[in-house]
Amino acid sequence: MYPSLLHDSPHPSETVVLSKRYRLPNSRSIDTYLANDGYKAFMRASQMSPEQIIDEVKTSNLRGRGGAGFPTGMKWSFVPRTSPKPKYIVVNADESEPGTCKDRVIIQYDPHQLIEGILIAARAVDAHRGWIYIRGEYRYLIDIMDEALAEAYARGWLGKNIQGTGFDFELSSHTGAGAYECGEESALLESLEGKRGVPRIRPPFPAVSGAFQAPTILNNVETFAAVPSIFLMGGQAWADLGIPKAGGTKLTCLTGHVNRPGVHELALGFPVRKMIEDVGGGMRGGNKLKAMIPGGSSCPVLTGEEAWELTMDYDSMAKAKTMLGSGGVVIMDETTDMVKACLRIIRFYQHESCGWCIPCREGTLWLKKLLTRLDEGVGSAKDIDLVGDLADNMLGRTFCPLGDAAALPTMSIVRKFRHEFEAKLAKKAVSMAGLPQLVSING
Amino acid sequence: MADPVTFTVNGKSMQAPGGTLLIDACKRAGVEIPAFCYYEGLALQAACRMCLVEVEKAPKLMAGCTLPVTEGMVVHTESPAVVKARKTTLEFLLTNHPLDCPVCDKGGECELQDMVFRYGAGDSRFTEIKHHVDEKQWSPVVYFDAPRCILCYRCVRICDEGLGVKALGVTNRGAYSEITPNLGDHLECDECGACIDICPVGALTSGIYRYQTRPWEMEHVATICTHCSNGCKTTLGVKNDQILRGNNRDRSGINGEFLCIKGRYAFDFVEHAERLQSPLMRVNGKLEEVSWSKALSFVAQRFSEIKAAGGKFGVIGSEHTTNEENYYLQKFARQGLGTPHIDHRRSGDLPALLDALSSKQNTLATTADLYNAKGVLIIGSDLSQQHPFLAYQIRSDARLHQAKVFTVTEGPVREDKVATKAIRAAAADHLATLKTLADDLKSIGDLIVVFGDSIKGAAVAELVAFIDSLGIPAKYVCLVDYSNSRGASDMGLLPYLGPGYHVSQQPGMSMSEMLADAALDALWVVGSNPLKNATLASPKAFVVVQDIFLSETAQRADVVLPAASAYEKSGTVTNVCGEVQRIRKAVSVMGTKADLDIFGLLARAMRLELGQATPDKVLEEIRSTVHGYNVPLPVIATGGAAMTAPVNGRVPAAAHPQAIQSARDTLFTSGSLGRYSKTLNAVLESPGGLYKP
Repeated sequence: MYPSLLHDSPHPSETVVLSKRYRLPNSRSIDTYLANDGYKAFMRASQMSPEQIIDEVKTSNLRGRGGAGFPTGMKWSFVPRTSPKPKYIVVNADESEPGTCKDRVIIQYDPHQLIEGILIAARAVDAHRGWIYIRGEYRYLIDIMDEALAEAYARGWLGKNIQGTGFDFELSSHTGAGAYECGEESALLESLEGKRGVPRIRPPFPAVSGAFQAPTILNNVETFAAVPSIFLMGGQAWADLGIPKAGGTKLTCLTGHVNRPGVHELALGFPVRKMIEDVGGGMRGGNKLKAMIPGGSSCPVLTGEEAWELTMDYDSMAKAKTMLGSGGVVIMDETTDMVKACLRIIRFYQHESCGWCIPCREGTLWLKKLLTRLDEGVGSAKDIDLVGDLADNMLGRTFCPLGDAAALPTMSIVRKFRHEFEAKLAKKAVSMAGLPQLVSING
Repeated sequence: MADPVTFTVNGKSMQAPGGTLLIDACKRAGVEIPAFCYYEGLALQAACRMCLVEVEKAPKLMAGCTLPVTEGMVVHTESPAVVKARKTTLEFLLTNHPLDCPVCDKGGECELQDMVFRYGAGDSRFTEIKHHVDEKQWSPVVYFDAPRCILCYRCVRICDEGLGVKALGVTNRGAYSEITPNLGDHLECDECGACIDICPVGALTSGIYRYQTRPWEMEHVATICTHCSNGCKTTLGVKNDQILRGNNRDRSGINGEFLCIKGRYAFDFVEHAERLQSPLMRVNGKLEEVSWSKALSFVAQRFSEIKAAGGKFGVIGSEHTTNEENYYLQKFARQGLGTPHIDHRRSGDLPALLDALSSKQNTLATTADLYNAKGVLIIGSDLSQQHPFLAYQIRSDARLHQAKVFTVTEGPVREDKVATKAIRAAAADHLATLKTLADDLKSIGDLIVVFGDSIKGAAVAELVAFIDSLGIPAKYVCLVDYSNSRGASDMGLLPYLGPGYHVSQQPGMSMSEMLADAALDALWVVGSNPLKNATLASPKAFVVVQDIFLSETAQRADVVLPAASAYEKSGTVTNVCGEVQRIRKAVSVMGTKADLDIFGLLARAMRLELGQATPDKVLEEIRSTVHGYNVPLPVIATGGAAMTAPVNGRVPAAAHPQAIQSARDTLFTSGSLGRYSKTLNAVLESPGGLYKP
């Protein structure tokens, strides 16, 4: 019914930790979960103090899997546990970053793993209420999530006095209404509160003033889903799966011109070359790698030469002046029209711009109109310069990172593939020689 | 106030309390950080990005409107990066903004024009097609042109936070976001026009004013609105002796940026076709036009005759005429005509309050006090309808200073939304009901009590005694209806009190007693319409009426003298709190005379020595003789508000306090005057109602 992003069996090079239950029959049922180490991590964490829980997460070097990569243990430690306000847990399941399709896999195949991660986070900050904000387009997943929640309540893993621990926790899903900007944490909170999905002034940050102005832990689905594994194997063991400063595994969304696209669980630091040639089954048709988006369209685009030598982790990508981001990898071969790709990317950001601030609202629309024209070959060399200049005028000036997200890929494509823009203009250029003069300005 | 911090802006060292927003700190030091969406008093946004400045050690440009100053901060507001940022942000803004300047009402007062002139580039590189949406009309007052809108959301915030109405919102997103009225295609709101005045560009424009002039072609006359008693300054835009608009864009009055529909738009009665422009005299039972000299000499002659024969004069004064006029009229009555029967339509029991407060200091609240009080108790008034500026101050106090508000009213009021406790009770039960709030009120630092006509007579003293028993500092506002109702009372248009609440040697009849007296020989009515709801018992009374329209009372008159309205003369008026402000002549209407001029001419014709009848001279006399009115002239002369000092002694009670009643106007009615404002009657919300949820 729905295209499966999971291959029938994991690739031998994958590090199967989060995804260990995904291919089991009836994987998302609570019975399958309980029969396979399910909710054991929560019971273990229930024996620990909040400080111990946070320390374990810090030890694991888990970094936010939504795209920003902020150290998760550190984020949790910012919540003032002694505040008289209630604490909340909010899950960002608004997965809308183009190229990203991992959170849907987690919810579709192992929703209880997410619930358990939320419960452990709740114990870390003494929270008793949580919401899972799922994008509205994931209609079928909202139903799946709600079923899992109902199972958890029925079997005493949610609600009052969970399994006799004396700990209460209420958890429900909340539907988005079709806005990428609501994946931005403060805009998500605004939407959760029933307001327009525009971002908030920060500081204060959600850990101090989040949902309903109360201290809130807000993390991505995959981040929460990784937490039970951390408490089953231990924080240090999880960290050792990856590389220093980036622990554990990453559900990588390998998409585009490879023979074997799909969601694969790779250890942090996995080489790009091996990802494409081994796990991805090689470039389709044996074509050459022209460009790669490493982590969702909000990153600067890499050329094939640049990408080949990199590894899939935060620091390696940052050194190459791009980002690991959400792990949404888009592989583009030599048949790709980079001008069209640039236009397609900008059309997304223009459509999704919330409109709050001037540079993003007007800039994305101007860029869209400009790139549409350039894609048709109508324009001059100055117009190509203008694309980079406009994007540069948005960079760092907007209210939230969406402006940067629109500017960065645009600037990288125009800079690295300028010849493709020039070629389009050259093809369409019309000589004025021989045409009758219709209007004379100088009398 | 936090401890001061030292920081550097453009190389200059500055100090400000820690936590002050950078944009405010710079403004106070004379350094401009431009902004569209930042507006003092409204929620912070940081949306327009015009206020981006360079802060050393910060990774990117920072928005000055949300950055609190810290010790040692080093800021550059004119560095090349900042200059470029402003230029390009304006370039972005102008991509869709239509170049409508030649046909846009805002031209000349437009903040976008000012910004582009100062910070923008010479031209734009935008060569694509702009997105166009047609202009919309949301009400007779409000027009909206979406392409011009820069989405600063000032209008949304002022309507929601400032006015508490929340009639404007935003639909769609991105570059297609559009400000939308609460009923989709039209507005149902207070029609106050705050959104229009606060709009930095010509997106929101006034239907009353549009297409008539350029702002620099008008003369701007600052005066005081002549409708309710709050005393808002309204700056009338005048061209060719015609009032084209009212607003307060310079925020210079006690009302700051606030004005209601009456202050902004209900000046159009000035030009109504039915304005009296010629004296009228009853000839063979019908009122006929006569010359001023004929009318005045006839009145002088009849008044002299009646006076010589020892006849009974009744004088009814106005709630809209100036202090100078009121003072002169009571002098004319008491000294000139020798009559003690002088009154006006009383809407609040001021004498009772002043009596209850005698021997106390500092117990009358100003409009500024309402913005700073820790607690406000509202009794018996739908403030947002009847006293919109007082409501605005209280609402702002609650919003920005977390003031505690309590309402005791006969029905729901808008202030309930910010109230700690909101209680419904019939007028007769208000006093008993508010006593149940004793414990709540005791804990507040200071309190202002605002009360309407449900507390009058002996109840006023009981109210003050109760508030005293709470043991907290308290101030009071006794609500009265119209622009100079307070001045009418202060100047002694009362049968038993002279100017400054001095006991009159000889008490006279009240207004209802005069009208009921079958032996009344003459009735002189100035700027009032008592016969709208009452009859004149005396069939032989010689009735002289000074008014601006042929009211019901004027229709009964023997002589009608066409008067100038408040916008056509100068003088002073006193608002409900006791603040004296100057009104200034904006236009003239042919054939009319200011009431004070009429008094002077009559006095001369009757050979009475009452002093020179000019506003300056009379104000001099008021300042030196009327208790509490020794207000500083420079404050008044420069358009400021000077608080009168309350009389500090016992004041006798009114004979029939139950006759004191508010006219219960709404936002869209204004007594007899409001009938002649086309704007007030044209809006769909008119006539409106009190105590509606």
